[in-house]
Amino acid sequence: MLVKFEPGEIRDTRWYEYATRFLFGGLITAAAGLIAQRFGPAVGGLFLAFPAIFPASASLIEKHEKEKKAQFGFDGTKRGRVAAGVDAAGAAMGTIGLMVFAVVSWKLLPQLPTWLTLFIATLAWAGTAAAAWMICRRRWRERHSGVPTQKHKELGA
Amino acid sequence: MAEIILRFFVGGTVVCVFAVFADALKPKSFAGLLGAAPSVALATLSLTVWKKGSTYAATEAESMILGAAAFFVYAAVVSSILRSARWSALSVTGGSLVLWLACAFALRYAVLG
Repeated sequence: MLVKFEPGEIRDTRWYEYATRFLFGGLITAAAGLIAQRFGPAVGGLFLAFPAIFPASASLIEKHEKEKKAQFGFDGTKRGRVAAGVDAAGAAMGTIGLMVFAVVSWKLLPQLPTWLTLFIATLAWAGTAAAAWMICRRRWRERHSGVPTQKHKELGA
Repeated sequence: MAEIILRFFVGGTVVCVFAVFADALKPKSFAGLLGAAPSVALATLSLTVWKKGSTYAATEAESMILGAAAFFVYAAVVSSILRSARWSALSVTGGSLVLWLACAFALRYAVLG
């Protein structure tokens, strides 16, 4: 299976780690509103894509990977940082979807009910982000394996 | 004040929901997509439409395009630096927020004037 959903992994995350993300998420949402009030929607809107919770999330991934290695007596520092880097690469692909979300919202909010616009925009984000991930994954595999892909076979390579 | 508190709780809740999904997804690169989930935007835009109207919220969404472009640059740079494993995730991701600010405001003034 390409992607797995493992609810058991949620148990590895401690309550205060979710509380941290709740705090940062709440603060940036409140701050975006205050900034828009003070400086106008053109400036406030920038902060709808501010990576406020990203430092906390990346640190948690680094910490969890390090702990997994430590259980077997190894130093997981490097592994933790690389895992956080992989997560960041995924986020970079997700931002392509985020741009699509913003475009859909910008165009449809004045025309459609809010709930419908945000629903369509969220689907557009999910679809675009997943497509970007699949394309990057395929290209990475083509570069790092000697096994020809279907495309290579069709081209006679 | 009540509006700010409401924004805080709605925003925090939406972020947590996406965080739960991100923790349960494998592989990690796919879970990373949720690091750029529109969680703050969903909370903010819905509250903004309620308070200020859809045209105001659409203006915010237009600027959000540029913020998202800055986020792309931020995430790409952070990923590259972290994979070298020289510095901790917190120092790289936290320090690079300055990069996001610089990119976002440069794009805002270049594109929107």
